[in-house]
Amino acid sequence: MAGPVLDLGAAQEGKPGPFGFSQAQFALFSAMAVFFLAAPFLGLYEVFLAKILCFALFASAFNLLIGYVGLLSFGHAAYFGMGSYVAGHAAKLWGLPPELAILCGGAVGLALGLPFGWLAIRRSGIYFAMITLALAQMVFFFALQAPFTGGEDGIQAIPRGVLFGVVDLTADRNVYFFALGVFLAGFLLVHRIVHSPFGQVLKAIRENEPRAISLGYRTDDYKLMAFALSATLSGIAGGTKAIVFGIATLTDVHWSMSGEVVLMTLLGGLGTVFGPVAGAAIIVTMQNYLAGFGAWVTIVQGAIFVVCVLAFRAGVIGEIGKALKIRL
Amino acid sequence: MDMIFGVPAPLLFGQLVLGLINGAFYAMLSLGLAVIFGLLNIINFTHGAQFMMGAFVAWMLLTYLGIGYWWALLIAPIVVGITGIVIERLFISRLYKLDHLYGLLLTFGLALIIEGSFRNLYGSSGQPYRIPPELTGAWDLGFMFLPVYRGWVVIVALAVCLATWLLIEKTSLGAKLRAATENPALVQAFGINVPRMVMLTYGAGVALAALAGVLAAPIYSVNPQMGANFIITVFAVVVIGGMGSILGSIVTGFVLGVVEGLTRVFYPELSSTVVFIIMAIVLLTRPAGLFGRA
Repeated sequence: MAGPVLDLGAAQEGKPGPFGFSQAQFALFSAMAVFFLAAPFLGLYEVFLAKILCFALFASAFNLLIGYVGLLSFGHAAYFGMGSYVAGHAAKLWGLPPELAILCGGAVGLALGLPFGWLAIRRSGIYFAMITLALAQMVFFFALQAPFTGGEDGIQAIPRGVLFGVVDLTADRNVYFFALGVFLAGFLLVHRIVHSPFGQVLKAIRENEPRAISLGYRTDDYKLMAFALSATLSGIAGGTKAIVFGIATLTDVHWSMSGEVVLMTLLGGLGTVFGPVAGAAIIVTMQNYLAGFGAWVTIVQGAIFVVCVLAFRAGVIGEIGKALKIRL
Repeated sequence: MDMIFGVPAPLLFGQLVLGLINGAFYAMLSLGLAVIFGLLNIINFTHGAQFMMGAFVAWMLLTYLGIGYWWALLIAPIVVGITGIVIERLFISRLYKLDHLYGLLLTFGLALIIEGSFRNLYGSSGQPYRIPPELTGAWDLGFMFLPVYRGWVVIVALAVCLATWLLIEKTSLGAKLRAATENPALVQAFGINVPRMVMLTYGAGVALAALAGVLAAPIYSVNPQMGANFIITVFAVVVIGGMGSILGSIVTGFVLGVVEGLTRVFYPELSSTVVFIIMAIVLLTRPAGLFGRA
């Protein structure tokens, strides 16, 4: 059995604050919320910010599995991508409003996550990573062949729709605040899960699974539930992305998307509360600047992987937390 | 026209041969992965990129230096094997004390760097590599025409796989290797230089991938993505076979290639996913893999 993935140093939990955050975490959470609320008024482009939020939710959902259960999934693109397809299909062909469309995305994430998780948790460590990758590749081939995904074209011109029948999301600013609402709800949900008694059992499994079993916990049930939650939230993140951009394509379900979410979480800090958000912001910004330079995006992403693994394993937020001796 | 199971015989045999060829590559690649995993305890995600490098080195030798296929069979694995040794010394050797997952992440990053670099240099479209004149044409087997090159690939792959198996299971070098897999500290205490053995094992596993790449060059077009598409299927093959046994990974590779070929005849819609479906079934019934130890 492999040891724990995480090395967060001698970080302290810190004094408790509101919503189950420590005081330092609550301060950072408030700063993050204020920044995202104010950002559109500071001249930052809303669709770009909304993209960061979708990936921040995706990475937070992924972090639930790697950071708190110690399971490295290399196939999360399946849930994100299918969530994106189904939400796009629901909004475009069924004419569902955006809030129901992204719930459809979450439902397909759950519907895929349960059987895939059930298969994958039979093995751990690198086998788990290879199995999730292979299952996601199966979903990719399905998306390539199934008629409803539109093959190479994807689903295009997905309408943003009218939220709760009241707010028209056609304006960039409106759809941004919709994405912000979804992100904050998902982020707080992940935080709540991690700090619940259920989350404590997950961490116990990560640290020492045989001991958790000997204490009478059915660890497989806990792992499966964490996997399903993570897949559901990934589906919601993919659905939100489809609504914001009006497009769902093969890129969302390709293995390189699974790699990207691993990279975001690793760069931000595995098992930290804010790491996935920071990692998503850095990677999306970098992709934006390097978009015109062909394969350089891939090379730089590869280089970040190598540097993170060799020298920077706690990630940006993890290293800051280590230096300040607090958990962030 | 002869029919077998309601399918024209030439179609069936053609897909069988194609399946055997894919199986030959699955076997060679999963064999390399298994050898590397045995000693280094990492899953070499760079394996697909190194397969692609083998094909590209063969193409470069021909295009820039006029060196043909036969020498490429020897030179390309050596060149790529040396880059593997450099990678092992510079990067992978720093990770042995850490969780195995970091090895996966590191080699994934290296694969991205290598594939991105080749895409920058040569674009995404494929480069043609001609079948050497000695291996063109086809044999008439009576029931079908077998292109000589395809027969050659299957024979070479079988020979290389068996040679590797004999080397590991029947020679004293292989015995040391297996001993180091079981207990590296003890083997080191007997005066065997284990770090050097680890380094050379990685180089040899990588060279095997590069050799597969040279063999593949005339069949598939030489392009930067050729390895990435292969390696994920090979991972599924490895999960099905289990990494405990060398012979197991060879047999699993060939059998799955043939199964994939037959699926292409009888139910083409499933041909790209059948390996993953088999993986799911194996996980349900024998989670450790067909030849694996729990």
